[in-house]
Amino acid sequence: MAQGIDPIHQFQLHDLAGPWNIAGHEISFTNSALFMGIAVGLITVILLAAAARGALVPGRLQSVGEMWYEFVHNMVQNVLGHEGKAFFPLVFTIFSFVLFANMLGMFPYFFTVTSHVVVTASLAVFVVALVVVVGIAKHGLGWFKLFVPSGVPLVILPFISLIEVISFLSRPVSLGLRLFGNMLAGHIVLKVFAGFVVLLGSMGLGGIIGSIAPLGMAVALTALEFLVAFLQAFVFAILTCVYLNDALHTHH
Amino acid sequence: MSQSTIVVAEATTEAPAEGEAPASGEAGHTTEGTAAEGGHGGFPPMDAHTFPSQIFWLVIFFGLLYLLMSKVALPKMAAVLDKRHKAIEGDLAKASALKHETEAAIQHYEKSLADARANAQGIATETRSKIADEIEAERSALEKTLSSKLAEADSRISATKAKAMQDVHEVAAETAAEIVSELTGHKVSKEHAAKAIAGLKG
Repeated sequence: MAQGIDPIHQFQLHDLAGPWNIAGHEISFTNSALFMGIAVGLITVILLAAAARGALVPGRLQSVGEMWYEFVHNMVQNVLGHEGKAFFPLVFTIFSFVLFANMLGMFPYFFTVTSHVVVTASLAVFVVALVVVVGIAKHGLGWFKLFVPSGVPLVILPFISLIEVISFLSRPVSLGLRLFGNMLAGHIVLKVFAGFVVLLGSMGLGGIIGSIAPLGMAVALTALEFLVAFLQAFVFAILTCVYLNDALHTHH
Repeated sequence: MSQSTIVVAEATTEAPAEGEAPASGEAGHTTEGTAAEGGHGGFPPMDAHTFPSQIFWLVIFFGLLYLLMSKVALPKMAAVLDKRHKAIEGDLAKASALKHETEAAIQHYEKSLADARANAQGIATETRSKIADEIEAERSALEKTLSSKLAEADSRISATKAKAMQDVHEVAAETAAEIVSELTGHKVSKEHAAKAIAGLKG
């Protein structure tokens, strides 16, 4: 019972296969990896099924697939413009992966891949590294003008540039921590309120009556968490677009 | 029940402090709560021991998903949407072509209608003038016959009149000769009488 109530236990990784090692690092197939795989499988199966018939008048599943596709497509189009076409598959992959990882985490006993900071931070670092690579590939060293805004008095220019650099470097941190924090905190709070219900419920009649409030809270939080799960995937994807926009079009 | 939770929680918080002792390189555990493990910190998301595995599988699955999306799923989806887009565009083009055709047909119809109307007007005018000509010709022909008949009648009247006058003279000469013979007993020839009358008439 104690484990059922420990709000941290749900984030525990278990080895499902292994242990395997590569260069001294453990890479066992864990429940986290399993749910990454499930997310990848679900996304692929749903999209392929949606596109399979290719009907002129879409059915339900096809409508969902098309909405999903066009949602991300419009996002990329609006933020990145025509040049963003090349990045559409990447943004789509990021959005879908994060969305499905978040949503799968909403099922009881399922593992939330994005509740681990190393996953979200890896994605965030990848995105920002990609921004740097694309920016330099496209604009050469001139891309670093991004950190030197024009029209700023020379006296405070070093200071401004320092702030720009810091703000750029804080992007992966904020990007990764936002998703991680949202998923982690949401699941802990859900578990805590659900734990109250179980604890109070085991205390007899008074406890059962008293557990109504946390039960309602848990239900409301579940709804909120579904919203957050979608919203964080959207935020991650659109920030990816916004950062990539810096690489494609240097405004400063 | 709640007591056991607290125990677990306490164990969890203590874990990092006491937990350096057990072998930290050990792999494949974590089935029982954090308290039992200790060695890698109490809070799973901060457990650096699991990082390589997560990053490894993230790279694999994210890369796999990217490949599946960019090479298979998204092109298929794009093809479906493109097909619909093209179908709609084609239908619209066809509709506008048909509309143009309709407009052309209407124009053609209106033109032929106007032509027909003009034609009819021309025919009407022509017919009217033809009829007027015919009427005119008939009238003039009739007038001609009438006037010729009139002239004939006139000449006949004057002939009749002249003959009548002639007859009157003869009658007058005869009568005069009769009267003279009655009165005088002399036989007067008709020629004399006629001469005398002609002399009177002078």
